[in-house]
Amino acid sequence: MAGVHVSTTINGDATEFVCHPAETLLDVLRDRLGLTGSKEGCGTGDCGACSVTVDGQLVCSCLVLGAEVSGATVDTIEGMAVGNKLHPLQERFIEHAALQCGVCTPGFLVAGKALLDRNPNPTEEEIRYALAGNLCRCTGYDKIVTAVSAAAKDVRKQQNRKKR
Amino acid sequence: MAEVGLSGSLRDDADGAASIQIEAATIRELLRKLVERYPRMQSHIAEGVAVSIDGKIFRDNREESIPEGSEVFLLPRIQGG
Amino acid sequence: MAHDTSFTNQEFKIIGTRPERPDGVDKVTGRARYGADASAPGQLIARILRSPHAHATIRKIDTSKAEKLKGVKAVLTSKDLPDLTNGNQGNFDILENCMARDRALYDGHAVAAVAAIDEDTAKKALKLIKVDYKILPHVTDVDLAMQDDAPIVQPRIRHNDAPSNIAQVSEFGHGDVDEGFEKADVIIEKSYKTEQTHQGYIEPHACLATVGPDGQGELWVTTQGHYTFRNICASLLGMELAKLKVTSSEIGGGFGGKTHVWMEPVALALSRKVNRPVKLVMSRNEVFRASGPTCSTSVDVKIGAKKNGTITAASATLRYQDGPFPAIWGMLGAMTSWACYDLKNVKSKAYDVLVNRPKVAAYRAPSAPMAAFAVESTIDLVAAEIGMDPVEFRIKNAAKKGTRASYGPTYGPIGIGPTLQAVKKHPHMRAKLGPNQGRGMACGFWFNFGGQTCTDLNIGVDGTINLTIGTVDVGGSRASMSLIAAEELGIPYDQIKCNVADTSSLGHNDTTEGSRGTFSSGMATIFAARDAIKVMCERAAKEWEIDVKDVEWKDGSAVAKGVRNSNLAPMTLKEIAAKSGATGGPIAGHNEVVADGAGVSFASHICDVEVDPETGGTKVIRYTVIQDAGKAIHPDYVEGQFQGGAAQGIGWALNEEYVYGEDGRLQNPSFLDYRMPVCSDLPSIDTEILEIPNPDHPYGIRGVGETSIVPPLAAVGNAVSMAAGVRMNHVPMSPPRILKAIKEKQAQG
Repeated sequence: MAGVHVSTTINGDATEFVCHPAETLLDVLRDRLGLTGSKEGCGTGDCGACSVTVDGQLVCSCLVLGAEVSGATVDTIEGMAVGNKLHPLQERFIEHAALQCGVCTPGFLVAGKALLDRNPNPTEEEIRYALAGNLCRCTGYDKIVTAVSAAAKDVRKQQNRKKR
Repeated sequence: MAEVGLSGSLRDDADGAASIQIEAATIRELLRKLVERYPRMQSHIAEGVAVSIDGKIFRDNREESIPEGSEVFLLPRIQGG
Repeated sequence: MAHDTSFTNQEFKIIGTRPERPDGVDKVTGRARYGADASAPGQLIARILRSPHAHATIRKIDTSKAEKLKGVKAVLTSKDLPDLTNGNQGNFDILENCMARDRALYDGHAVAAVAAIDEDTAKKALKLIKVDYKILPHVTDVDLAMQDDAPIVQPRIRHNDAPSNIAQVSEFGHGDVDEGFEKADVIIEKSYKTEQTHQGYIEPHACLATVGPDGQGELWVTTQGHYTFRNICASLLGMELAKLKVTSSEIGGGFGGKTHVWMEPVALALSRKVNRPVKLVMSRNEVFRASGPTCSTSVDVKIGAKKNGTITAASATLRYQDGPFPAIWGMLGAMTSWACYDLKNVKSKAYDVLVNRPKVAAYRAPSAPMAAFAVESTIDLVAAEIGMDPVEFRIKNAAKKGTRASYGPTYGPIGIGPTLQAVKKHPHMRAKLGPNQGRGMACGFWFNFGGQTCTDLNIGVDGTINLTIGTVDVGGSRASMSLIAAEELGIPYDQIKCNVADTSSLGHNDTTEGSRGTFSSGMATIFAARDAIKVMCERAAKEWEIDVKDVEWKDGSAVAKGVRNSNLAPMTLKEIAAKSGATGGPIAGHNEVVADGAGVSFASHICDVEVDPETGGTKVIRYTVIQDAGKAIHPDYVEGQFQGGAAQGIGWALNEEYVYGEDGRLQNPSFLDYRMPVCSDLPSIDTEILEIPNPDHPYGIRGVGETSIVPPLAAVGNAVSMAAGVRMNHVPMSPPRILKAIKEKQAQG
């Protein structure tokens, strides 16, 4: 079967790859590009462990084809920290013990960032519903919600500083 | 001399006795003497048995000593998850 | 040999603080590597062909077309896995579960495997394998499997001198229950059912296996016990332990489901057949069908009590299905049923029953939640019948130090009384309830274990320390181990880096199960640190040219005792380390221990729910976990265990179940239809950590990981029964079941 040649941008870097037409973005990221931060928990879009954003929109990369991101910008967990500066979400997750085994954490961080990028002042209910597409089996979500709330405060502070 | 309680299938191996008296200083000695007295216990002990001494459960440590007059209970070798 | 039990209300300097975990940055950046994250040059991708039948004889497997497919490098059936178990039935069952031999025992049972250059080719190859099945009658329900006319799962199993699916009958208890029931003013008898659930870890089973023609091999695998995996894989494949190096990846959840091998021997065998690395990852569908869910059960409970609240007799009959291979799950249910209570007359009888479902594995505190659902629901019914507050009724009958446990031994100091008193005082109990809302509480018990453990502690010349442990870190225990080492050595937490060793680099460590990780590795770490302290005192004594008897360790330094040594300034760990090359070489501490005496643990949970009488939908509006931890090394992670177990229990109570069709096939092997709680389903989960020290651990630690899954089924059940106005006796209490119960009550009413 002939491969599809795709040119795209991943975490800010121009990236090219060849993939099968039916190959998912998740498989491309993990198996062709070595970006194993996004995880396959189910392959059917039910667990969110493969969450990435495509052109700023939160998606399950197991439900997106590699070929579909031609010309788009893809952001994965590997691009969340800026150099060696962690995103507030990453810092607060560690600080508040919002991870135990950590396998769902990349997905939660990507989904959490997608939330805070559009709503930096979410209520607890808004946080819980925004993250309802990400399964966690270890934490019961309690400390995740606390961490996202704390990170939201950081993001608002950063935004206020930028405004001045 | 220790009073050794038995449960379930171990009781059947001991001709139905719910508890027996045995002189033993360590778990190792206790198990050896039990099998000598009730050879049928060998298979259950080989499968795995835990020993409770005064309420503390020992799964692996055969050298643990059995103080005089302590309450000993033989349990299946339980596991967790 | 009594362990050092020097815990006597110690003042800890570092234990109990909440520093950041050493693997935190890796896990929030995607850098941490789990089972499916490793790859090797030239690797093949393996896939497994699975039986679509619940029960069938395998007459013939024709792999010829698959073998000829371009890109396929190896095809494997049980012919490639000779029986090397030497009569060990347990190992043979494991072998047969990994690859069917002459019969398929459940929908999803592995019958063949393929290794190919990519996944597409492997999948195509599976389609080319022709299996000639003779379909046999199947049985998937635990009660039906016990009937005389049930299809027999294992022909070798006999009960009452006839072929049977009853693999084991266990009895526990003491006193005379008949006499006890005669004395009762009130007797409640009820039957309960719980459906099968899965641990639901987000990371599927995955491994990368490499075996060379020289018989040496490596296995990268997600596991709760890499040493156990090494031992069983080597045994099944005829390899030598020292020559099979098993490395535990980071683990994406286990909860007991990753204490067994499911496909790892197959990956190794494929690699050995073709001398190339083989990567084998289960799909979610395979995880549900072919790993190790927990049992479905059927339980009868009878409790007799006097009007003043004293229980006079209690008995339970439990029927647990083990899947197709005999196991101890029913027996564990019998042992845990009555463990929370002080009973003069008590009896539990359990049946371990075989069915055509996947092999059952432990799920957190295995077998206890189902028994607790039945017992704790009935406790509430008895309390209501005699008009006593359910918490007071439990307090009146709670087990305490000196109680003869229903499973045999006498308890030492235990925490159930304190957790119940804490429930009474907790503000949750005074929160107002609205319409269609109900409150339930329940108690739970679990054993906790110790086991074989060893630890190395190596001090670098700059005074920083590599702490090497062998218990897989499932939830942050590397941080706890570093805290413990820091406490013992008297140095800052971040001077220590804790790693989990591979099987070549450290001696045997038992699996991380039974809530043993922090307890056992913690104990070994304490002794390894004390071992290193001994060495450092010797080095200081050498430097000072004094007797080592005059050197003691205090606040991270060697201190010379005695007036005549008062001119000698303390030598810090850093200073001693810097000089180590000249004082005898690298400084290390080591310990091997069989940690035992882990102590039992108790919890009480409180749950508020709101039930919609039109849809049967339940919302959990408030939840509180109160549990005894002995000593909380890192409180954040103890709280995390409490919350995680509670969340799993809530899912189990309200929605999760394996649905089997008439054809014996699993109908819902996906996260869409196997409905686990999501973030919007749950409220904040409040936690209260009680610390009643375990006298058999130097720091008083008790295991904490498992107990929190025991009370939720009943706590939620008692709350739903109150909110819906009808007693629920079938878990999960999904909307259809609640609606049915409400309608039946209305019809009667």
